[in-house]
Amino acid sequence: MGYQLKMRVWRGDQSGGDLGDYTVEVSEGEVVLDALHRVQATQAGDLAIRWNCKAGKCGSCSAEINGRPRLLCMTRLSDFDETETITVTPLRTFPVIRDLVTDVSFNYEKARELPSFAPPPRDADNKRRMAQVDVERGQEFRKCIECFLCQNVCHVVRDHEENKPAFAGPRFFLRYAELDMHPLDTHDRRELAQGAAGLGMCNITKCCTEVCPEGIKITDNAIIPMKERVVDRKYDPLVWLGNKIGLRTKDNDGRTEP
Amino acid sequence: MSGTHPVNDRHPMTGNEMSGDAAGGMERHQYDVVVVGAGGAGLRAAIAAHDAGARTAIVCKSLLGKAHTVMAEGGIAAAMGNRWPEDNWEVHFRDTMRGGKMLNNWRMAQLHAQEAPERVMELEDWGALFDRTDDGLISQRDFGGHKYARLAHVGDRTGLEMIRTLQQRAVSLGIDVFMECTVTDVMLDKDDGGAVSGAFGYWRETGRFVLFETPSVVLATGGIGKSFKVTSNSWEYTGDGHALAMRAGASLINMEFVQFHPTGMVWPPSVKGLLVTESVRGDGGILKNSEGERFMFDYIPEYFKSETADTVEEADAWYDDKKSNRRPPELLPRDEVARAINSEIKAGRGTPHGGIYLDIASRRSPEFIRKRLPSMYHQFKELADVDITAEPMEIGPTCHYVMGGVEVDADTQQSAVTGLYAVGECSGGMHGSNRLGGNSLGDLLVFGKRAGEAATAYARSRDDDRPKVDEADVKAAERSALAPFEVEGGENPYTIQSDLQQSMNDLVGIIRTAPELERSLSEIEAFKVRAASMKVEGHRQYNPGWHLALDLRNMLVVSEAIAKAALAREESRGGHTRDDFPGPSEEWATKNLVVDLSADGTGIDLHEKPLPEMPEELRKYFEPAAAEPPAESKEGK
Repeated sequence: MGYQLKMRVWRGDQSGGDLGDYTVEVSEGEVVLDALHRVQATQAGDLAIRWNCKAGKCGSCSAEINGRPRLLCMTRLSDFDETETITVTPLRTFPVIRDLVTDVSFNYEKARELPSFAPPPRDADNKRRMAQVDVERGQEFRKCIECFLCQNVCHVVRDHEENKPAFAGPRFFLRYAELDMHPLDTHDRRELAQGAAGLGMCNITKCCTEVCPEGIKITDNAIIPMKERVVDRKYDPLVWLGNKIGLRTKDNDGRTEP
Repeated sequence: MSGTHPVNDRHPMTGNEMSGDAAGGMERHQYDVVVVGAGGAGLRAAIAAHDAGARTAIVCKSLLGKAHTVMAEGGIAAAMGNRWPEDNWEVHFRDTMRGGKMLNNWRMAQLHAQEAPERVMELEDWGALFDRTDDGLISQRDFGGHKYARLAHVGDRTGLEMIRTLQQRAVSLGIDVFMECTVTDVMLDKDDGGAVSGAFGYWRETGRFVLFETPSVVLATGGIGKSFKVTSNSWEYTGDGHALAMRAGASLINMEFVQFHPTGMVWPPSVKGLLVTESVRGDGGILKNSEGERFMFDYIPEYFKSETADTVEEADAWYDDKKSNRRPPELLPRDEVARAINSEIKAGRGTPHGGIYLDIASRRSPEFIRKRLPSMYHQFKELADVDITAEPMEIGPTCHYVMGGVEVDADTQQSAVTGLYAVGECSGGMHGSNRLGGNSLGDLLVFGKRAGEAATAYARSRDDDRPKVDEADVKAAERSALAPFEVEGGENPYTIQSDLQQSMNDLVGIIRTAPELERSLSEIEAFKVRAASMKVEGHRQYNPGWHLALDLRNMLVVSEAIAKAALAREESRGGHTRDDFPGPSEEWATKNLVVDLSADGTGIDLHEKPLPEMPEELRKYFEPAAAEPPAESKEGK
């Protein structure tokens, strides 16, 4: 059942690099990460790969396989023809550190810019109450494993380094949406999402949704509803008038800007 | 001390502020508390230290948010009483002690049961979105060994929710994180009674060294599963904290107790060992052999007979009516179920891929399964082409957790070394000889908070009188870390690691015998010789071969500790089963095995130590009269 798989793997660092050719024995049921590990153990001990759980749960081993952003541990060799050469390259949107490992600190910087959850006090019996149906919207977004494939594929930053400072990216639009839809949160983050996070730069091409290994409907369930909420606030004439004449409106739903 | 941090020009991810030719070649930082590891325990400890006013750093081998806690599936055991109002800390305490076959440190089990509910509520305060009961409270699910439905959960991805919540909290507090940075030595001040003075390590990205000067180091490095071939653990689980503590002069206890989770995937080979959550059984899944027999009824031990159903009818009725039925035998503690599965496979009643069937498809609707077990559905679909709503899973035991770890004070988590703390899986005592599912996540939170606070209080007491790092020790740490590059023509670390994993799996696995354990010890001696001359290729920048060579030293010393303790304990109890001593022994019931590094640092010393004695007021929970509270008090809501 085993066969010799031909692979091309990008080797190099910040100063440049090349695709290296490897032929490696693989067997039934294996994934691309297994093949790379065998290259590492038998042919190239210093091949740099970032990985952890090897179960699609931690989101460490993101790379581009034949040009498609995917998790190395969830891409089965049986998806390819046995004669096909599999090419593995690092994520393109982030600077290479070495081989398949990229510097994803962009994402950690964006995470720091996000105001955190702000709940009201607990109920009198020291518990909190939320309906299952209300937490489920946020739960979909909290399935995110932070593989950053959505950030990698988003064309706003993929080939536009200059947009990075003003654009948080799909992973963090998820986070804004999650907090905005949290049944207990007391902050109104719409202004921030639109301004500092650059929600307006997204033109909903859905590339992020397509590559999400968790199948989160990033565009339909997070980005578009967030855009609608921002628009409600900005352009709804009643809201505008209410704000103008100092009336309280239901638009902010009791939430305040952080 | 203050909670604010000076702005510096650290690289945002790697923290590297040093050019290649900087004088001394060493980056230095000063903190009050340095936490090694960024899983649930490390993050909770760091948050507690920060909240107590310490300048705190988290140092972790992976990116933030990738630690092994993300793999935890089932939930957090906490007697919140949301489903069963009669649940309380006393019942949880009793379950924990009985699950650990009474070898637990009673004080840790007590603190854990008492404090877990508030630690769960804190997660909710910080944004965690747990599944709910019909009246809007945090939902709690059934799990093996727990009398009441007690695990707070989010589908079957509770660990991800927990780590993300703690990670987001730590980030919002502005705690410094040193990612992809490995600690290789704890530094001690010999003129200060051997108190902790710092931690030494290297950046994985650049291979350059970094020194943290700090009076308090909290080890939160997780487990040792990577020493076994079939394991649910990730590459990070190389026993770093266990080994660092021993080298610093602390002791380990309970190292013979390794938990083999009953249900790991067995096929395809590349995912062999990958965890299949106990929630499958908690939610109605059953175990069947190749003859279609529900075999767990044949394996109910005397110890749990009074609380386990002995007919299919009673077991199936329990899910809906806990008042008048006893628990299904599939929900016995993990050690019992793993041994039963092992016996069935050995008796020739295994599946085509050498496992046992775990069937939920014939017992619950596809909608229920997809809703309650989304990750399992996804995992089997993607990796094995198996639709778990339509067919049974093939599963078998997998190395999952080490009960043993650093011997610590129950209230503060401090080891025998002043300023050195250990928390979570790398600490020992809490779980005795066997851990109940769901008690790990609670352990991380309860003792993470305690360790962070104790480490801060100690650091504060040393504000004007910090222990000092000896420069000669720093040089020695550098030399030791670079040794694998110096070797000519030595062996590849990957080969040694893979041979060690096979050897531990074959000889120190789920069922053990004296001759096999003796053979394992002599094989480990041979691996040590081979490791002394292993060679790595390439240079120091992001070089996984070099990283493995350094981790392998920890794996070897921890493997030796496990094998030696397993050979010494001549009985079977919890996660330690001796074929040549099949039952538990009275004599061993009150003893811990303590492991230290030998005086010359090349091997392991072992001695026995009496268990801490439980006070009278707690002992009453284990008297025969208390074993089974009257049925009318068991009503659920």
